[in-house]
Amino acid sequence: MRRVAVAAFSAAIWLLMGAAQAQTPDTIKIGVLADMSSLYADLGGPGSVTAAQMAVDDFGGTALGKKVEIVSADHQNKPDIGASIARQWFDTDGVQMITDLTTSSVALAVQEVARQKNKVIMITGAASSDLTGKACAPTAIHYAYDTTALANGTGGAVVRAGGKTWFFITADYAFGHSLQNDTSAVVEANGGKVVGSVNVPLNTADFSSYLLQAQASKAQIIGLANAGGDTINSIKQAAEFGIVKGGQKLAGLLLFISDVHSLGLQTAQGLELTSSFYWDLDDQTRAWSKKFFDKTGKEPTMTQAGVYSATTHYLEAIKATNSIDGPTIIKYLQSKPINDFMIRNGHLQPDGSLVHDMYLFEVKSPADSKGPWDLYKLIAKIPGDEAYKLPHGEQCPAAKG
Amino acid sequence: MLSWLHVAMPPAPLFFAQLLVGLINGSFYALLSLGLAIIFGLLNIINFAHGAQYMMGAFCAWFLLNWLGIGYWPALIIAPVTVGIVGIVTERLLLRQIAHLDHLYGLLLTFGLALVIQGLFRQKYGSSGLPYTIPDQLQGASNLGFMFLPIYRGWVIVASLVVCLGTWFAIERTRLGAYLRAATENASLVQAFGINVPRMVTLTYGAGVALAALAGVLAAPIYQVSPLMGSNLIIVVFAVVVIGGMGSILGAIISGFALGLIEGLTKVFYPEASNTVIFAIMALVLLVKPAGLFGRAT
Repeated sequence: MRRVAVAAFSAAIWLLMGAAQAQTPDTIKIGVLADMSSLYADLGGPGSVTAAQMAVDDFGGTALGKKVEIVSADHQNKPDIGASIARQWFDTDGVQMITDLTTSSVALAVQEVARQKNKVIMITGAASSDLTGKACAPTAIHYAYDTTALANGTGGAVVRAGGKTWFFITADYAFGHSLQNDTSAVVEANGGKVVGSVNVPLNTADFSSYLLQAQASKAQIIGLANAGGDTINSIKQAAEFGIVKGGQKLAGLLLFISDVHSLGLQTAQGLELTSSFYWDLDDQTRAWSKKFFDKTGKEPTMTQAGVYSATTHYLEAIKATNSIDGPTIIKYLQSKPINDFMIRNGHLQPDGSLVHDMYLFEVKSPADSKGPWDLYKLIAKIPGDEAYKLPHGEQCPAAKG
Repeated sequence: MLSWLHVAMPPAPLFFAQLLVGLINGSFYALLSLGLAIIFGLLNIINFAHGAQYMMGAFCAWFLLNWLGIGYWPALIIAPVTVGIVGIVTERLLLRQIAHLDHLYGLLLTFGLALVIQGLFRQKYGSSGLPYTIPDQLQGASNLGFMFLPIYRGWVIVASLVVCLGTWFAIERTRLGAYLRAATENASLVQAFGINVPRMVTLTYGAGVALAALAGVLAAPIYQVSPLMGSNLIIVVFAVVVIGGMGSILGAIISGFALGLIEGLTKVFYPEASNTVIFAIMALVLLVKPAGLFGRAT
């Protein structure tokens, strides 16, 4: 009996060793780590997985003679879950690059893992400027947008149009604080004043209490430093309490097309927002978005378009450098401008931020809209240098000096 | 002592406004915990599917409006009845099979049901939610002096109070209610008197589910009709039921409103804790009086 046990044990070890041999990558895996089921699922989520697969298919499905595969997982907006999935992907599952990474707290945690493993991550979902500030990492690219661009874009436009006093309703985690700090700096630099703020737990259904506080503060502008489901709830409930009728204005500092579509034009009309992508901007965006719409039935958000763009450039970098080594790929991407249907005049900076053109939009009124996704009117193009101008100065140690 | 609090005592108008807002949230907590308390108190089933049934009520109202053109007022009756029937089918097919087992199995089964239902809706409708407009008669806000109260939210408080007190009266003061309470104590004896106990159990479960669905219809115009709307609320509602006492109808109603008020006050003084204050109170109550404030120790 004992001999049988030993034999079985050795056979098992031998088989496992065999399996371990098979781990040396003959596939290149790219991971889409997103919120698949909660308040941010519509701005990234399964749509990002579709976008990544589209990028792989359009690239030809192989790179360096190996098959390219997309894997995905739900981080549920929990940094510990995100970090452990990232660790497992990098260590045992042969994933070379992780993208989407919606939710700043998760992105920050995964960025630490990527720093330890020297692997590339291309963040298209998370917003916090800390990703390229205090927490910057050499192999991380903050791809689609960040709180600096939002603050300079929407914040700058609103304060220059006369909105001098601000009250913030802030999602109480990394992203909300980051957005509030950056926007406050822009407001103050333009002669405005922040009269108050309130921190709200993430994924709150009822904002009535906070909206009442904002109303009582008599601030001209109520800045919504939140996103996704939280922003939708804030805007909808503000309409009920007569906030806009009472003379105050809402500034939705981060709005995705999925949010505006959910709110409806009746409620959202007139809101200004900053985005790096809109499906109906020009022929290039329309052509790509049609392919996305045919697969998903929805127009893409900037996060989802960003995943396609990032994955494509990553695969091109692998092909050009003949390597999957993180720092080599980053060096290649830094060496030349990045231009495609989404990123215009893009330049990858030493702190990891991809400076590119942003756009200021206004939500159309129902009368002006000719279709269920005809939602935005372009107000201005914001050149990259202006959009990414740092309100607090350069904070990434690697980029300073 | 108040120096560590973020906000000094707000001006009186804002304070009362916050209390009123807390009362509105309390209305939802009361309605939902009432349904849960009925189902647990009378049927000994821990109905974790309650949040999903609340969500189905809201979706039913949305379907009625967008597919059949039926507005809010008829939906207030039709949606709870429809979801109640679904509840009855669930009870017949699934819950009855495990009625003789430990509470825990009922919890697991209803929890699994909730996950499945939520997942299916999320698959089809995404997570951002669908719009549902406030009915015309309830639009606008009335100036109460210290705040503008949206008329619809005032209606929610009134409707919730009426339904809660009506249900309490039906259970505690009518003959049907007496049969129900007797059947909880000793089902076989009540059955010996010729009362169809299994049918009563089924209809009671349906009624508890219908209450959840009614709360869903009331919530639809305020919160987005979203597949996720039940899952966050249900945990809080369970805490409310535990604080009130698992079997007590009156306890559920009173705790629901009271905890809504307390949560509202927390949002003024220390909003970061507003998610957790109800659980902190639950922990305290369990330490001091494990059966809950109004519960009877069994």
